[in-house]
Amino acid sequence: MGDFWGMFLQQLINGLSLGSIYALIALGYTMVYGIVMLINFAHGDVLMVGAYAGFFVLSALGASPLALALACACAMVVCAAMGMTIERLAYRPLRAAPRLNSLITAIAVSLILQNGARILPFVGPNPRQYPTMPTVMVPFGSFSVSNVQLVVILVSLALMAALTYVINWTRVGKAMRAVSYDLRAASLMGVSVNRVISFTFALGSVLAAAGGILFATAYPQIDPTMGAMPGLKAFVAAVLGGIGSVPGAMLGGYILGVAETMTKGFISSQFSDAISFAILILILLVKPTGIMGTKARVKV
Amino acid sequence: MTARARRKNLAVLGAVSVALVAVPAVLIRFGIIDAYTAQILTVAGINAILALSVNIISGITGQLSLGQAGFMAIGAYSCIFLTQSVGLPLPVSVVAGGLVSAFAGFLTGFPTLKLTGDYLAIVTLGFGEIIRVVLVNLKSVTGGPNGKQFTTALTAYADLAWVVVIGSLVAVVALLQNFLRSTYGRAILAVREDEIAAASSGVDVFRYKMAGFVVAAFTAGIGGALYAPFIGFVKPDISSFNRSVDYLIYVVLGGMGSVTGSVLAAFVLTYLQEFLRFLSEFRLLFYPVILILVMLFRPQGLLGTREFSFTALAARLARARGNGRARDAGEGR
Repeated sequence: MGDFWGMFLQQLINGLSLGSIYALIALGYTMVYGIVMLINFAHGDVLMVGAYAGFFVLSALGASPLALALACACAMVVCAAMGMTIERLAYRPLRAAPRLNSLITAIAVSLILQNGARILPFVGPNPRQYPTMPTVMVPFGSFSVSNVQLVVILVSLALMAALTYVINWTRVGKAMRAVSYDLRAASLMGVSVNRVISFTFALGSVLAAAGGILFATAYPQIDPTMGAMPGLKAFVAAVLGGIGSVPGAMLGGYILGVAETMTKGFISSQFSDAISFAILILILLVKPTGIMGTKARVKV
Repeated sequence: MTARARRKNLAVLGAVSVALVAVPAVLIRFGIIDAYTAQILTVAGINAILALSVNIISGITGQLSLGQAGFMAIGAYSCIFLTQSVGLPLPVSVVAGGLVSAFAGFLTGFPTLKLTGDYLAIVTLGFGEIIRVVLVNLKSVTGGPNGKQFTTALTAYADLAWVVVIGSLVAVVALLQNFLRSTYGRAILAVREDEIAAASSGVDVFRYKMAGFVVAAFTAGIGGALYAPFIGFVKPDISSFNRSVDYLIYVVLGGMGSVTGSVLAAFVLTYLQEFLRFLSEFRLLFYPVILILVMLFRPQGLLGTREFSFTALAARLARARGNGRARDAGEGR
């Protein structure tokens, strides 16, 4: 019995660590969806770009806590610029077009980022080992937490706290909420909609960059398609929490991470990829708006 | 349209279809079209069937499916299972593969088609991934990640494969065109144009979306069930997201809602992909860049919802023969 609980707690810690990465990525999906109603399929690939940006910094400086912080900052700047560029070039011209068109454009942008990374000479298609700090296990009775997991959990919490502050207590956060509530009304009230949307993409990409580096630190191998799976799962997390809802995305991320590691630990590691999609279908059956989503009424 | 004109149209279409099936088959048989080209063209035929299936969902029903390759995989594996383990003859198991896939479509559509928005896209995406994981893990039936060998007459004889694949494609196109002009097709188009207006005119939105979705799943299943015996080998990768996106690209470029557009785009792009091999890795950027450019500058796709029609072409040719003699010239041939 003690054995069971030890394993349970261990998987719970693993799940929280994985889940906080999912939560970071899911926030980008949910913020963008909340404002422009677009599933930003390229989000997972922005994560990949962030991981690679961090990779170059870390390879140059060697893996130390300071270098990790620097790599994070560097990747955030790169990804923010990238997110804003993508929005400006690919999504903004299509904002008035049917939703299907922007969705297909998002898929195309994702393919461009993935395949572009494959053909860039300094990235290339082959997987690379990510420079990480040596793992130190901190024992807590029947389970243990690694230093990487601690870093992942704490950094994510800090970033999410910062995001909550930005959204709820700053001027630009207020503008974001206004645009998300009603884009046209907000623009009539003098909110610069384009700038707010651009800022939202930048903010989401910053979180994706951090998510990418943390993901690569926890699972130290990167390749140009590494963003696809965490991207999809984070998206499921966003739907699970209620797409468009910021606290929902955080909650969804943690739930999904824990569900996945529990599947890995107690059922079969093979099915851990399928479990998130099964959860997705289940939640759509039971509560399509997600845990914290609100039902949108359609007026004729 | 008079009965006579209808007969004439049918004759034109029939002649064109028979020529499309027979002429290249003869050319392949006598080696005028080499084996490599024949293989590409036959794969293009299968891709066209899959593109049509995506088109039924995206162009005609107005939803977005990102998991059509999942249905294709179900069709392919069912076909193999029914032939090898149950012992059905291949043609029967191809159709049965389509039916199994249609049933899977029914099950997936049930929770999702009642919802509006992008949920179908997400669920179909998840569906494709689930199918892939299941195929990898059900080792006893599917052969696991190494896939399954399935050598048949279609693998061995390129001309037979062409006749079967293109024959099926022609049949699918003909059935689809008739479906679109039936009560079901009209209702589905009404749902695409305006769900609320259709519902208030008494169209059962859920039922017709489901009809479209199941027909699309059936078509994809047939495509998969033809793919397996033709290639002679399937792996769980067949159900990958990228493959579903490829089919979506054909439909988007050809023009969403245009049957002939999807078929043309499937053939042109499949061939182009082989043709562009000299670009090696840069080839991978070609599709998505074109996709974005089309979305930005010609969002309705190259053909839009228009159809390329042989009967209209024949009529135009006949008109070109001279103003007064047009009808006589048309009947003379």
